[in-house]
Amino acid sequence: MIERIKLWGVRSTRWGILGTLTFFFAFPFVWMLITTFKRSSDLYDLKHNPFLFYEWPTLEHIHRLFYETLYGQWLLNTAFVGVLVVLITLALAVPAGYALARLTGNWGAKLGIGIFLTYLVPPTLLFIPLSRVVVNLNLDDSLWSLVLVYPSFTVPFSAWLMMGFFKAIPKDVEEAAMIDGCSRLGAFIKVVVPISLSGILTVAIFSFALVLQEFVYAVTFISSVRHMTVGVGVPTFLVHGDVYFWGSLMAGCFIASVPIAILYNFFVDRFIAGFTMGAVK
Amino acid sequence: MKSPAPIASAAQSSVAEKKRGFAILDSERWLGPLLIGPAVIYILLLVGVPFFMALYYSVSNTTSGGGTMGFVGLRNFSGVIGTPKFQTALKNTIIFGLISQALILVLSNALALALQHEFPGRRLIRFLILLPWVAPISIGTIAWLWIFDSTYSVLNWMLRLTGLIQGQGFMWLGLPHLAMGSIIAVHVWRQLPLATVILLAGYGSIPQDIHDAAAVDGAGFWRHFFQVTLPLVLPISLVALLFGLIFTFTDMVIIYNLTRGGPFDTTQVLASLAFYTGIAGGDLAEGAAIALFLFPLLLAVALGFLIIAHRAEVT
Repeated sequence: MIERIKLWGVRSTRWGILGTLTFFFAFPFVWMLITTFKRSSDLYDLKHNPFLFYEWPTLEHIHRLFYETLYGQWLLNTAFVGVLVVLITLALAVPAGYALARLTGNWGAKLGIGIFLTYLVPPTLLFIPLSRVVVNLNLDDSLWSLVLVYPSFTVPFSAWLMMGFFKAIPKDVEEAAMIDGCSRLGAFIKVVVPISLSGILTVAIFSFALVLQEFVYAVTFISSVRHMTVGVGVPTFLVHGDVYFWGSLMAGCFIASVPIAILYNFFVDRFIAGFTMGAVK
Repeated sequence: MKSPAPIASAAQSSVAEKKRGFAILDSERWLGPLLIGPAVIYILLLVGVPFFMALYYSVSNTTSGGGTMGFVGLRNFSGVIGTPKFQTALKNTIIFGLISQALILVLSNALALALQHEFPGRRLIRFLILLPWVAPISIGTIAWLWIFDSTYSVLNWMLRLTGLIQGQGFMWLGLPHLAMGSIIAVHVWRQLPLATVILLAGYGSIPQDIHDAAAVDGAGFWRHFFQVTLPLVLPISLVALLFGLIFTFTDMVIIYNLTRGGPFDTTQVLASLAFYTGIAGGDLAEGAAIALFLFPLLLAVALGFLIIAHRAEVT
């Protein structure tokens, strides 16, 4: 009997914790979704229950977002920067990760940790000098400034992740290829890279998500509305607009956050393995 | 991930050993530096150089207009330390960091404990929990801005529903202490997911026999937790804490979007003050000086990671 009460107590505590915290985590996104589809007259009536629809749902907010603001342009800008940054990151981090895993021996391990640590140097320490660099290169208010600067934080962690992926591949794989007459570089390109595609994809998604996340550099370097990324355009430009703009604003938030979150979710265990630096075996 | 690729036989790999000997002499000595060089140069140019520029700016009188770059010694630091604005920002940085990390440490452990065993719906719950971390933070805080709205706050509506408050409700971002509480809540919301998944990885790595042995010895829940589980996940909790500290101390997005440092600069932190002084105010030198006060903290965190990395290598 006491055992059963105990078990019941454990279960209800567990579900209590899970229920409360999951609500806390997911609520802003639920709230975005509700706000997106509510008519303004319904949304701004203080007598209404905010969770219920008193009038039919509407697409007017989404329509307004794409046709009366530069939101679509911001999405394109973000995609443009994101794709280029991913390409630069892969070009730099994949070879670097391979070198760290296989070719550099003892000093490579130290260099690897050094590279990992640069990931910890935050934009808030660097954005002031970099703003000057960007002006001197005539890149201010240009998306190219972001393309140039973003790899500085995507490359370190990506190289670190790639190193982990490459270390997990047995050495025999390359050695077999090298017996067949490949050089080390040839074996890397023709044999190792193709079997590491899932790792490379992980790094690509990670880098793209970081581009979407970034705020400090984008708000510092970009001044005109047309050139903003979605992460800056929504909070700086849309918020300052009309007060009764919450429907479109929340639609913009939902579209920019949930799809990437779903994608990221598939890869999250690999990031954690990288984050924990081998402290967990 | 596990390679389906051909595995060479033992005989082949011994041949490979011999052949590799030549290959190293031929090119491998240069291949390593060649492959890693571009990444290192990129990082040096865009992290290393700006870092030293920041050091120099902080002892110069640089402004965003270009202007002179004269050396002024420690004048920026001494000028900045005395101002109430700076002192508030420093105090807030520490308060936000410590309170949110303490909450995160307790809550992430609770959550990881609740999630450590398989049950129906676990994957969905994990996805929902991860949302705040994987969604762009500047976007996520806008949702909170709407939740905290002075007129249409859904939070006030829920509190009224439960009868906890009556009438208008709270001005969440309008009063200094409430605004600070709101900011801490959003920090916790944002960073708890990462800490939780890191801890989950830690809990998952404890071998089942250790739990069994503790159960056989008759350890109750709390004793089991404090004397068996917690010591084993301590290193990985440290990793979560270090990441948390760095992300909280250096973050300005939440402040920028929620309060812009207000009301009356009461919620300013070092990172946001550096932004408003250096970029919005145009005083690059003073902004750099403010940002550099974060450096000792970063150094401490980096040191923590080095110790962990060293221990991981040894064991």
